[in-house]
Amino acid sequence: MKVLVCIKKVVDSNVKIRVKADGSGVDVTGAKMSMNPYDEIAIEEAVRLKEKGIATEVIAITCGDQGSTETLRNALAIGADSAVLVETGMDLQPLAIAKTLTKVNASINADLIFFGKQAIDDDSNQTGQMFAALNDFPQATNISEITIADRVAIVKREVDGGVENVKLQLPAVLTTDLRLNEPRFVTLPNIMKAKKKEIRVVPNAEVQMTNQSRLTVKNYFEPKGREPGIILSSVEELVEKLKNA
Amino acid sequence: MSEVMEYDVVIVGAGPSGLATAIKLKQLAEIQQTEINVCVLEKGSEPGAHILSGAVMDPQALTELLPDWEALGAPLKTRVVADEFHFLGSKGSYKLPHFLLPDCFHNEGNYIVSLGDVTKWLAAQAESLGVEIFSGFPAQKVVYGAQGEVIGVETGAFGINKDGSLSDGYQPGMEIHGKYTVFAEGARGHLGKELIKQFGLDNEADSQSYGLGIKEVWEIKPELHEEGKVIHTAGWPLDRHTYGGAFLYHAADNKIFIGMVVGLGYENPHLSPFEEFQKLKTHPFVARLLEGGKRISYGARAIAAGGLNSLPKLCFPGGVLVGCDAGFLNASRIKGSHAAIKSGAMAAEAIAQALQQGRQRDVLSTYADLFKSSWLQAELHKARNFKPWMNKGLIIGTLMVGLEQKILRGKYFWTVHSRTKDAAKLKRASAFPKIQYSKPDGKLTFDRLSSVYLSNTNHNDNQPVHLRLTDPKIPVMHNLAHYDGPESRYCPAGVYEFSEEGGDKKLVINAQNCLHCKTCDIKDPLQNITWVTPEGGGGPNYTSM
Ligand SMILES: Cc1cc2nc3c(=O)[nH]c(=O)nc-3n(C[C@H](O)[C@H](O)[C@H](O)COP(=O)(O)OP(=O)(O)OC[C@H]3O[C@@H](n4cnc5c(N)ncnc54)[C@H](O)[C@@H]3O)c2cc1C
Ligand code: SF4
Repeated sequence: MKVLVCIKKVVDSNVKIRVKADGSGVDVTGAKMSMNPYDEIAIEEAVRLKEKGIATEVIAITCGDQGSTETLRNALAIGADSAVLVETGMDLQPLAIAKTLTKVNASINADLIFFGKQAIDDDSNQTGQMFAALNDFPQATNISEITIADRVAIVKREVDGGVENVKLQLPAVLTTDLRLNEPRFVTLPNIMKAKKKEIRVVPNAEVQMTNQSRLTVKNYFEPKGREPGIILSSVEELVEKLKNA
Repeated sequence: MSEVMEYDVVIVGAGPSGLATAIKLKQLAEIQQTEINVCVLEKGSEPGAHILSGAVMDPQALTELLPDWEALGAPLKTRVVADEFHFLGSKGSYKLPHFLLPDCFHNEGNYIVSLGDVTKWLAAQAESLGVEIFSGFPAQKVVYGAQGEVIGVETGAFGINKDGSLSDGYQPGMEIHGKYTVFAEGARGHLGKELIKQFGLDNEADSQSYGLGIKEVWEIKPELHEEGKVIHTAGWPLDRHTYGGAFLYHAADNKIFIGMVVGLGYENPHLSPFEEFQKLKTHPFVARLLEGGKRISYGARAIAAGGLNSLPKLCFPGGVLVGCDAGFLNASRIKGSHAAIKSGAMAAEAIAQALQQGRQRDVLSTYADLFKSSWLQAELHKARNFKPWMNKGLIIGTLMVGLEQKILRGKYFWTVHSRTKDAAKLKRASAFPKIQYSKPDGKLTFDRLSSVYLSNTNHNDNQPVHLRLTDPKIPVMHNLAHYDGPESRYCPAGVYEFSEEGGDKKLVINAQNCLHCKTCDIKDPLQNITWVTPEGGGGPNYTSM
């Protein structure tokens, strides 16, 4: 059973980002980049499936610039067998990525395709779903537990106020939630091994990605700071303030 | 026994000195047509993440190391175009006429840089030469051989719970052995400190003196910005008994790097370097520049300022100290990055030569010899008894020394010979009135927490506290009783807080906020605090500091 894990390089979750002075975007120059945390959970789960003998091969894939190679190396150090970089300098939106991944997967033919439930930079929460729709695969989003037997995946989904159990026929798309697992610490020997694993680079020309934007960003601004609170001396004063608010 | 990995050379710390060592080793291997395996361990999540500097960089050492740095895209872009030195009083300021500026404050040919960015770039150069850099892996212990020689280091473990038990994800540390081990941890390296003691490297030197540097990056109004301008100030708000000064560098993109270095030999335990720095920004001379601007980052780091007098022996069986781990900074110029690179390159020469001769784990005295005949030695020698104004001629010199003495009592420059440790210089709280610092206004001045927030600092909070107390009673019984708890003021991250519970005072250590500046390890009156490496990757994630 082949598992494909789709990952994204994002600004590290510890880094406080800042809107550019002219409001045209977010300033990420020099900022530390990392693998999207939900994708890390996805890689971890795929590797665990392999360690349990359920999966036979784990492939990590990303669409991005050369800098994304670092992110793929990290996936290889966690335990993915090989990786694919679809090289582009474009800032892609979810549909373009879902289409590209569909093209690349045509030659991989994965049985299980993992996505993080969303990327922590744009929070789109769409790529996995779009990919499933384009391929007409069953999908389960926000999963927190998974068991696989006889080409059937049984998963728990986190939904409002509870858990939903879903059964899917493979090939299927799963998007991972926080509680699925806790990714392992990467070790030095595994980093060394990762350096020797293959990263296949697919040039953009081969998949003909287009940056057909369906959305235009007008501008970015930071949320307004909270107004400082005031301490009132009596209930009457509070009522008075509320009335006039 | 933990697992072992073998290298020819193991380097601790991916700062300018460690990376220069690595790059030079690879270059020499190429010339000698041999293979030298080099590995660099870095505690930060990536190279540059823990680097905080001014910085005005003198490119001399870099040019020697990588002559075509410009073509290789080095982030040295902003040439210094103007130099100013101002004496600040409580209200006014006095600008030193340019012709009086001592040589050490001349910056023609230098660049305003983010040393963090330079470090990231150096790391990329090193990797392209085949150096293996492992970020997020602190060297936690020195590993000694049977004869007491250094054979390598042990990396820290992952997944130890706060109470010392092991989590499911536990990963033990590994021993990394090398024919030679290079310690490049920067000022007050925690292994460097152990080695200096272990091998008595500072027996013939003065004690090291330190400063705490606190820095912020601001984006200011374009009309107030003058790219390439360098300003240093002395005087207010520091009192006459405290060494220190401030810097204001106009970097690219309407940014200014503003910071202050306070000598850690200060005597008054009520002093708070953090608050002094916040206060500095309210001086009209500084405030008018920041007006309408926005603070975008914050951080702090100690510097080793003792210079040549305090330089320990550089070599011991199996290893060497380079960069600020040894203490090569030129305090008269507040510049250490060029010295870090130069010292690393010299250490590499000695190592490559030794390896070629088939030697290992002995004392690399060639490194010390190379240093003795280098321009760096000459530069530090000149700075040693630093009387900057005197070489301007006797009359002017006397005038300026008089002025400096009068206004500052000579306290801008670290010129003192001293065998007293900074920690021992602190005097009792009762000897001084308390200092009342104003509340932060949230525009120019800020509190510690909102500041640390901008350093992107993070530590896994379920791990043992990495600030170890030898005796847990000392903070309350000694520090609080006699010094009014100075750790709550000198720590620039608010890690130490005294709290009261039912009449009992106790010290709370918020270790997850630690910026790895090392001040507590230096200044705690009884040296009761030992900074150790936390779990790998923890600490600040500075962007372009
Ligand atoms: C506020 C301030 C202003 C300054 N201004 C200037 C200036 O204008 N010009 C100038 O030239 N210099 C300036 N300096 C000095 C300059 O920053 C230092 O001299 C220089 O950074 C020293 O380089 P280094 O490689 O020796 O150490 P560092 O730059 O400190 O690098 C040490 C590296 O080792 C890592 N490390 C430490 N311990 C371990 C361990 N046990 N295991 C793994 N990794 C470890 C650290 O995370 C860090 O990445 C300034 C310094 C400060 C604090
Ligand atoms: S705890 Fe010590 S090393 Fe950490 S920020 Fe505070 S003074 Fe610096």
